[in-house]
Parts: sequence; structure tokens; C-alpha cells
Amino acid sequence: MNVLVSLGAVTCLFLVGWLGAAAGMQWAVGVVLPYVAAVLFLGGLIVRVLRWANVPVPFRIPTTCGQQRSLSWIKPQKLESPHSNLAVIGRMALEVLFFRSLLRNTKSEMVEGRRLVYATDLSLWLGALAMHWSLLFIVIRHLRFLTSPVPGFVTLLERTDGFFEIGLPPVFVTTLVFGGALVYLLARRFLSPQVRYLSLIGDYFPLFLLLGIGTSGFLLRHVFKTDVAGIKEFAMGLVRFAPVVPDSVSPLFFGHLFLVAVLLAYFPFSKLLHAPGVFLSPTRNLANTNRSVRHVNPWDYPVKVHPYAEYEDEFREKMKAAGVPVEKA
Amino acid sequence: MPSPDQPDYYRQEDLLNVDWRPPKTPWMDTPVDFRHGTYIYPGKPKNLQILGLPNPREWAVTDEDWKLPDDWKQIVLEGMAERLKKYRSFQLFMDICVRCGACADKCHFFIGGGDPKNMPVLRAELLRSIYRNDFTALGKVFGKLAGGRELTEDVIKEWFYYFFQCTECRRCSVFCPYGIDTAEITMMGRELLGLLGLYVNWVIEPVANCFRTGNHLGIQPHGLVDTLEFMADDIEEATGIRVDIPINKKGAEILFVTPSGDFVADPGIYTCMAYMLLFHQLGIDYTWSTYASDGGNFGLFTSHEALKRLNAKIYTEAKRLGVKWILGGECGHMWRVIHQYMDTMNGPADFLEVPKSPVTGTVFEHAKSTKMIHLMEFMSDVIRHGKLKLEPSRNDHISVTFHDSCNPARAMGIFEEPRYVLRNVCNHFHEMPENTIREQTFCCGGGAGLGTDENMEMRLRGGMPRGHAVHYVQEQHGVNQLAAMCAIDRATLVTVCDYWAPGVKVTGISELVANATVFDGEKRRTHNLRLEPIPGMGADDEEGKGSGDE
Repeated sequence: MNVLVSLGAVTCLFLVGWLGAAAGMQWAVGVVLPYVAAVLFLGGLIVRVLRWANVPVPFRIPTTCGQQRSLSWIKPQKLESPHSNLAVIGRMALEVLFFRSLLRNTKSEMVEGRRLVYATDLSLWLGALAMHWSLLFIVIRHLRFLTSPVPGFVTLLERTDGFFEIGLPPVFVTTLVFGGALVYLLARRFLSPQVRYLSLIGDYFPLFLLLGIGTSGFLLRHVFKTDVAGIKEFAMGLVRFAPVVPDSVSPLFFGHLFLVAVLLAYFPFSKLLHAPGVFLSPTRNLANTNRSVRHVNPWDYPVKVHPYAEYEDEFREKMKAAGVPVEKA
Repeated sequence: MPSPDQPDYYRQEDLLNVDWRPPKTPWMDTPVDFRHGTYIYPGKPKNLQILGLPNPREWAVTDEDWKLPDDWKQIVLEGMAERLKKYRSFQLFMDICVRCGACADKCHFFIGGGDPKNMPVLRAELLRSIYRNDFTALGKVFGKLAGGRELTEDVIKEWFYYFFQCTECRRCSVFCPYGIDTAEITMMGRELLGLLGLYVNWVIEPVANCFRTGNHLGIQPHGLVDTLEFMADDIEEATGIRVDIPINKKGAEILFVTPSGDFVADPGIYTCMAYMLLFHQLGIDYTWSTYASDGGNFGLFTSHEALKRLNAKIYTEAKRLGVKWILGGECGHMWRVIHQYMDTMNGPADFLEVPKSPVTGTVFEHAKSTKMIHLMEFMSDVIRHGKLKLEPSRNDHISVTFHDSCNPARAMGIFEEPRYVLRNVCNHFHEMPENTIREQTFCCGGGAGLGTDENMEMRLRGGMPRGHAVHYVQEQHGVNQLAAMCAIDRATLVTVCDYWAPGVKVTGISELVANATVFDGEKRRTHNLRLEPIPGMGADDEEGKGSGDE
């Protein structure tokens, strides 16, 4: 049900872009909507991150995954239990760039119905890493439409990516990896009973959206070879705030672009916020300096305690009888 | 005929037959099944009254009507709004979960029970669904399509059931790619329930006791004196040494704080006896306190406010007694409180000095702000400097494994200190499998206030992963003791080991240290601190063999 709604939504959105452009509304789907999406994306992201940043971190609560720094002869694990800002940056870098925590993933199994074992399970780590890194490369590749002259690293990346020179124009490795990884992530949601049980529309929708973007992009490049020069002219127009819509650009392209716009607009209202969010996660981005540096809670307030004097008042006679020293004889 | 409160009620083959596949009905449409043995009794009104908490009343979990305040819904939603503004962890963890499911089979309750709402991600979704419905733009527009649901009394009942089926052990947060910590979620969930007067008695009675008498068990000052003197008698019987019992001693160098479980529960009392012996041997100028007679803090399992209220006494007492610094005993959640909350909540401890070992001169710079160190940090330094005469062969009849307690592991990072100590006092030390120790350690199943007998089914289920790992080293290496530096472990793991790995006893680390130490002026050591004959020490070898090795 959640799957069908998500798939249906993405299909409809694509058709809106495609048919809209075919019906002569290129300006609406190709110019107005991308600008609106960009504003929603940037604005939404800034609002969300500022909102998080404005919420205090009252307590220092790192999850320690390694030895603390204590005695001089015990070797601390700096990246798992960081004790300095530099080590925190290292821990975060491992987390953001290489998904350190997912790398730990295990799969619990009951062997012979009586013994629990935990097998290393790298599939999710690999699938997630493949999807995110190839997405990054694809985004960078697309800079060639948005820059003039095209920076050297974009051309270099493109050449490396098309290294195998299969097809004309060559099929990019990242395209295949991206598609494969998305299919895996989607399949995992269907096939794992637990993950299927907890998946919401908001979990399927971004996957279908990315698949839709990827597929339409693949079709544009390899199947219905579109007018690349026209697209570049169009894209540069958008970037320079002087939009033009060349007639040579196919409606399919607007379907592709429309989905990208939807992705951008959807981003700040969805779980895709995990991207900026991970940087602010208090269990990861705080140093384990708890006992050496005092952490201040900005909204700390006095609470009702049981003062010693009241305690002694209640128990004084018993304390005296038991030989426990008291303040007031 | 055993009752659901007793381990014998549950057949192992039934518990082992875990079905990890979720039910047919979607989770939002699956009501809670309050089955005896899987939930904890409500807080008694007198305990809520002592603490000045809202809505004290008699009620039962199985009642249809939980007697919530009339404006309960508004209270909860306002409580959520307030906490979303106060805790970045809460706001962020509501927003960024991608439901990848990496945490699902990391929870001991899910592994041992198979209830999908014990997957950490779904436990958080119990709150997140309300958050989406009432606090997000998409949720307000699309409602259920956006994963939202309306807050109803059934939701409250579900929260009560599942937030008291989480031991706040933080194992899932180790595996989460964003560090989402279910302990934070559960703490928020319990705080919100608390606003409606929904507490479990196993937590709120200790909190009430602790507030009044300084310790969870409600031991009054003269009772503590009696307890410690009784222990001193046993120490004398085992070793021939008469130890001093400094209590509320002004001007002592060190205030010693330990969990009150060490005062009464077997085998915690042997750990407590060991503290006294070791401090005596090392000639430390220390004091117990009747007012700060518990480092443990069930406030952590109640609310941040209760946590702070109970913790305040430690610095207050250190100041009153004029000690230089504070030493903390073997406890789990107490060390989460000391390490991650005490200084922020009740500091700064600017009237104390940076802890410096009177035995070795080592300055514990890593505790220069909080001014409190862990006994294992202290003892490993003592042993490293050769300040204790150790004869580990006295523990040769013991083959020991080490259970990393959740909080010292994942909220502190104390892994090597206890292992160093253990290796120096035991010749036979075997680690459990690597996915079950250190930062990946499994909970005992009874932490965070769940270690009561009426919760026996969940304790046995939740204890299954730990129990299996213990059983594994028992079979592989003949392990017959499990050491743990946590008072809750020393209470709950006895049940877990008896059930899943019968024959393995539970001990504190200090107990093993004391049994391996050659004390000045000791008599011939034929009996250990449990007053059991030590095999090979000549007391009664026949009897000794019974308790022992492989």
C-alpha cells in the first residue's frame, strides 16, 4: 500500500512535468517550479538547521564506542571515544564519509533453534555507501550544465566515470552503481519483513523519486538522445537568472527536471534531513571530556532537594544512638 | 505451580522459539497485550506524594480506565513541545531517522522477544508518529499518509508498556548511522508519562526512598551502621582483620559513594566487604556517608528533574564533610550519572581538589572538573604501581568472564581498567564473543528499573543474548563466574545466569581482588569473603571441590 502510493505519486509527478512541457508549459515546469523548489530547498534547509542549532544541548551525552582517556598507560581509542575537537572531527568524518556505525552492522540469528549468533552484515553499509557516493558524483557531473567554463575536476571526474567506454556516449559507472544501489535499498524494504513493517510512504517515496530521476536521466542520455547544447543553454539561463527555453529541449527533460525540483522541495520536510542532521547529533559530535571539562546547561533551574539539615532533623536521635557524628548535638 | 513472577514458569524451549517476523496487523493497529510477566506495577500514590509528583492515585495496568487527568492530552502535547525546545537530541532524533532498520536486531528485548515494537526504531516511532501528526507541516496536512497518528489513551498505554521495556542501554545507538539514542527517546517518553502520574513502582519507590533517606532501599543511618558492622564481622571471620568503619567523618580525604545494592543484596555485599578490606589495606583516609548513601540514581529512569534532585546530595555531602575528592564504587547507571550529568546538574565542584591517589600519587587529570573517579580507575593504578600484594592463584578455582555493563561501556568508555584488574587477580579470564562485549555489550535485561520479578518474562527474554554468551564461554572455557561492575547486574544477572547458564555465579570485581590480596596481618586464608572454603587452601578440600572448577 505504502509502496503503491509512493510509486503512484512519483509517476504522476513525472507525468505532470513531461506532459506539462509537451502541452507548452515549459516555463511553468521548467523555470518557475525549479526556482520555487530552490527557494524551498535552501530556505527550508536553513530554517531547519537553525531550528536545531537553537535547541540547546543540555547534557554531554556522547555514545562511547571505545576506551576513554584516563590513565597515562592505557591507550585511548581517539576515534571511538574522542577526547579533543580534532578527534571529534575525525569521528564525524568517519561517520559522514564512510558510515562508520553502519559498518558495525550485524545480523542476529538463532542457530539450531538454541544459540544466538551475530554475523557481520555489510550489505546495508555497502548499499548505502554506493548510493550516496554515486549520487554525489552524479551531482558533480551535472555541474557541467551549470558552469561555463566547466571546471577541470568536473571534466576529470566525467572522464574517469566513463572509463569503460561502453556505449556512445559512454555509460557512467556511477549511473549503474546508483541504479543498482537504489534497487537494493528498495528491495530490502520489500523483502525484510521487519523493515517492511516499519516503512512509511516517506521511506519509499524518496527512493522512487531518485529512481525516477535516474531513469529519466539515463533515457535522456542514452535512449532518446536529447539536445545537450539546448539543455546547457537552458540551464545556464536558469543559473544566470535570465531563463530561456530553447524549442529543441524535449518534454522528457522537463519530466526529469520536475522530479529534481520535487526532490529539492521535499527535502527539508522529510527524513532526507538526516544529511545535515547527522552533523548535529549529540551522541556523535561531542567529545568524551565529561569529567575534565564542565558542560553547562543553559536552562538549568533549581530543583527541590532534601537538604542535609532536614535529613539530620529526621534521623538525629537514631544517628546519635548509632554513634554517627551529627551537626547539631 | 510457579507463577509468572518466577523463572520456573517459563520453559526454555518456549522462550527460544522466538518469532522475529512481525504480525499481520500494522503496528498502529496492534493494541498492547498486557500479559502478566511483561509489565511492571504502577507507582503507589504515597511515593508520588513524597516526591510531590502529579496525579497520585491507586490504579492498575490492567484497568480500562487509568484515571488520567481531564486535560491529559494537552499536558502531553505541551510537554512534548517543551522538551523539543530543551533537548536537541529529542528534536533531532524526531526528525532524522530514515528507518533503515540497522538498530532492529540490536535490542536484547527484540532479539529475545520478537515484538516489533521492541525494535528501537519502532519504539521511537511510538513517539515520532505523534510528533509528525502534531508538530510537522507534512503531518498536519497529510496525517496518516505522512506517518502520523492521533494521540489517544491507547497510545499512552502503549508508551507505558514499551518505554518500560527499554533498559536505556544505548546498544542501538552504537549501530545507528546518526547516533540516534533510544535512551534519550525512552527518557522523554517516561517524562511525558510522568506528567500524567504514570510511573512504575519499582522505579518510583526507590526514588522516594532515596529522596528521604539518601538511598534507594530506605536504609536509615543506624541501619547502615549495623549493615557495615555486620560485614566487618564477616570480614574478620574470613581474614582475621578488623576493619574500621568511618561514617560521616569530617575531614576525611575521600568520600566513598557506592550503589546501595551493595549493602544488602547477595552477591553485592561481598563486593562491599571487599571495598572495606582494600581501603583498610591501602590505608586510605576515607568515609562513608549515610546522607549520600547511594550513588545509584533511579531518577535517571524517571526524569531529568528527579535525577538532579537525587544526585544533589553527593556534592552537598562532600562539601559538608570537607573531603578533597570523591571515589565511586562499582555501579553501572550511577556512572552514567556521574560521568554525563553530575557536574552539569549540581556542579561546579570547585570546593574539591583534582583526585590524587594517596597510595601512588597519581593525579587523575581526566576527572579534574567532576572530581570523582571510578574505583577501577583507582585500583588499576594501585595494581600497576605494585601497591597490593596479589596472589591470583587464590582464585584459581575460578574461571571468570567479564560483562561490560551498559553505562560504563557506552556512556563512559571504561573498558581496559576493569580488564587490567581482572587479569591481575585471576589466572583464568575468558572474554565472551566479541559482538557481545565492550561497546557492543548486551544488557542484563533488568536495567533502567525493569529488574523486578513481576517483569520476569521480559527479564528472561531480554537476558537471553547475554545468557547465551555466558553459556558459550561456560561450554568453551569452563567459565564459572561472571564479573560485573554494576549493582543491578549483580542482582539481575544472577537470575539470568541461573536460567540461561546455570552454574555460573555472579561477582563484583573488587570481591575477586580482595580474595587474591595478601593482607597485612591476615590469618591463614582458608575461606573467601563468601565464607566458602577456598580449594587448595586446606580448610576442607572435600567441600571446596563442590563449588569449583570445570
